[in-house]
Amino acid sequence: MNSIAAYGRSFGTLLGLALLCLLLWTLTPHFLTVSNLINVLQQTSIIAIVAVGMTFVIITAGIDLSVGSVIALSGVVLGSVLATGVPPLIAGAIALATGFLCGLANGLLISYGRLPAFIATLGMMSLARGLALMYTDGRPISGFSDTFRLVSTGEVLTVPFPVILMGIVYVTAHFVLKRTKLGRYTYAIGGNEEAVVLSGVNVRLYKTAVYGLCGMLCGVAAILLTARLNSAQPTAGIMYELDAIAATVIGGTSLMGGEGTIFGTLVGALLIGVLRNGLNLLGVSSFIQQIAIGSVIIIAVFVDMMLKKRSR
Amino acid sequence: MPMPSEHPVGRVSDLLSPEPVLSMQGIWKSFPGVVALQDVSFELRRGEVHVLLGENGAGKSTLMKILSGAYRKDSGAVWLWGREVDIKSPGDAQRLGISIIYQELNLVPHLTVAENIVLGREPKLAPGIIDQKKLFSLAQSQLDLLGVALDARAVVRTLTVAQQQMVEVAKALSVQSKILIMDEPTSAITEREIGELFRIMQRLKEDGVSIVFISHRLDEIFQIGDRVTVLLDGKNVGTRSMKAVAKGELVRLMVNRELKEQFPKKTATIGEEALRVDHLSRGGVLKDISFSLRRGEVLGIAGLLGSGRTDLARALFGLDPIDSGSVTVEGRLTNIDSPQKAIACGMGFLTEDRKTQGLVLKLSVKENIVLPSMEKVCRAGIINREKERRVAGEFIEDLKIKTPSADQKVLYLSGGNQQKVIVSKWLCTEARVLIFDEPTRGIDVGAKVEIYQLMNRLTADGAAILLISSELPEILGMSDRILVMHEGRITGEFSATDATQEKILQCALGIHN
Repeated sequence: MNSIAAYGRSFGTLLGLALLCLLLWTLTPHFLTVSNLINVLQQTSIIAIVAVGMTFVIITAGIDLSVGSVIALSGVVLGSVLATGVPPLIAGAIALATGFLCGLANGLLISYGRLPAFIATLGMMSLARGLALMYTDGRPISGFSDTFRLVSTGEVLTVPFPVILMGIVYVTAHFVLKRTKLGRYTYAIGGNEEAVVLSGVNVRLYKTAVYGLCGMLCGVAAILLTARLNSAQPTAGIMYELDAIAATVIGGTSLMGGEGTIFGTLVGALLIGVLRNGLNLLGVSSFIQQIAIGSVIIIAVFVDMMLKKRSR
Repeated sequence: MPMPSEHPVGRVSDLLSPEPVLSMQGIWKSFPGVVALQDVSFELRRGEVHVLLGENGAGKSTLMKILSGAYRKDSGAVWLWGREVDIKSPGDAQRLGISIIYQELNLVPHLTVAENIVLGREPKLAPGIIDQKKLFSLAQSQLDLLGVALDARAVVRTLTVAQQQMVEVAKALSVQSKILIMDEPTSAITEREIGELFRIMQRLKEDGVSIVFISHRLDEIFQIGDRVTVLLDGKNVGTRSMKAVAKGELVRLMVNRELKEQFPKKTATIGEEALRVDHLSRGGVLKDISFSLRRGEVLGIAGLLGSGRTDLARALFGLDPIDSGSVTVEGRLTNIDSPQKAIACGMGFLTEDRKTQGLVLKLSVKENIVLPSMEKVCRAGIINREKERRVAGEFIEDLKIKTPSADQKVLYLSGGNQQKVIVSKWLCTEARVLIFDEPTRGIDVGAKVEIYQLMNRLTADGAAILLISSELPEILGMSDRILVMHEGRITGEFSATDATQEKILQCALGIHN
């Protein structure tokens, strides 16, 4: 009963997603083809993975504005390491480590330095971007081996590898959030940090871990993005933080913390992805697309607030 | 000066002020689950300082909030200068000449003294443009009128608490207030500053301003007060002339209730020493605290708000650092500097505010119960849901927590059941030394009794309980031994049989016989 209530919001968004798909199908038959749907999933995968980290952070009542810059930094580190001929697996691990360290720095500043999350990650946003630009002298690193590019081009039974990876990340994240100590503390800290401190939980440690996790997922996103573009660009990922936050809140996670689901975030990310794809198919300009996505964010959260008010 | 005044003022020939400025009659006010004021009448004469006295929760603040428009009365009448008035909002009160100065001052810290005094009534050169020159001269003249040596251009943030209070007084008088309510104005200022405050109050009196003065400090109220009204459990239990009353009588009035509530206290076998505190001090809030608590014992800690009761609990639980002293738990000297350590030592803390400190309201009953003992239901960081459900289920059954399921959010439980969830949390960690801070605040009578029975069970099982409470009957009814705190010190210790409400209150007020 309780879990239905918790998922109710996500189902609402899911219904919105279904209606949107239906509408796009009637407007443009090409929308509902297997190849286009796989295309949507593939395009959404990167933002969707970043949104998972964002969901963890927002459930603790925090925010991470640095994800776009951290993707760029992880990407150029990955690119430069690959360019020296290091095997893709090791280079990938280095990219993950880069993202993790950035997230860890955020977490330490927030937990132990007691900086507001907004400020700490705003600083990291500029800092990581600057590092990425400095490291590459502002130039992209391009042209990688086919082995590495398989990350983007490979597929299993016509499902592209990024989509599979997104699936793995989502299933794992759902499990972590619902079934592990880290997940439980994530909800509890966002719900009432003081009560968790008084329960003898090392809140600082777990908060730091959540930001570290978010950074590491940025590393994953950086690998996918670099492989897709066949290029590591210091200017990559600009505005990704906004898409990730949008996917999270559209999916029903409260910025006040303490509630939210991974499933909801997936629906939120898909909603944005489908909207963008559909508007592209319809030949709507990217300017109007921005207006549409902005409106969806506002409407989704507004409806959510109204529903909550009524249920109280 | 006024004559003995238990009688309606009209019957006393009083040349100075035959008619009361203010008369509140038959005021009733209820909040969900509690009647805060029952048929309270209160009168204020021109140019008098009328002291309002009573325990925490006696209804003083509620009565004054009704007068100042912050609350609305359920029934009763308020008369001002012989005319019935309906005070619907703080704005109404201000227009009627009533100002209130709260204990937590309501000034804008980054603005100047002058800007605060005229806030909302700034003189304007043109619409939207403030006449700075006039603003400062207006404020300065107001300060001079009061005889306060303060620069109107000083920024409020840089002033002492006492000076800020003066700004509040000036602000109140700048709107031509005839009635000034001061809620514990002396609690945060020094002796010398109190003298200054009283000098200004004296001056206001001479100008015909009437003052309601809320304070717990008996010495002070004899210095400044003309009359005193005592509230007890939401009722007016007497109005006296300050000149015709003794401290002892006031204390008796404050607690003169029949102990009709039944406390199901069962005395357990007192065992080994569970907690020992020696010479514990912290800043200005805890001064040389020493006591010991044994297994099976309930040690009550009484004291007024701000006496350091909760500070003591927080220090023991590792939330606030201590300056000196030692704490021994179950025979082992410990250095508790975090809740983790406190819990590892077998301590549990039921905080006074269960919603902001005790529970994660958005989580379920089950999740709250196991929150401090996750390692019990986890393996390698993964929750064993079967075990979690079983553990939580045992407590839900054992403590008779009324909830549709273990998965219900605690938000939807009643206060008493929420409290039981918190007790379960600490039973789950197998805590042996429990600090209960206001365990029955805001819960209904039936649930209270259940909490008391739970305390009996815990002590029978050998747990030791430190019971902090503002309710004297509860302290008297449930404790084996009672400590009384006043301004960070222990000022009295009684066995359950020796203690009376009067004795405890005397110690809590810092009266030494």
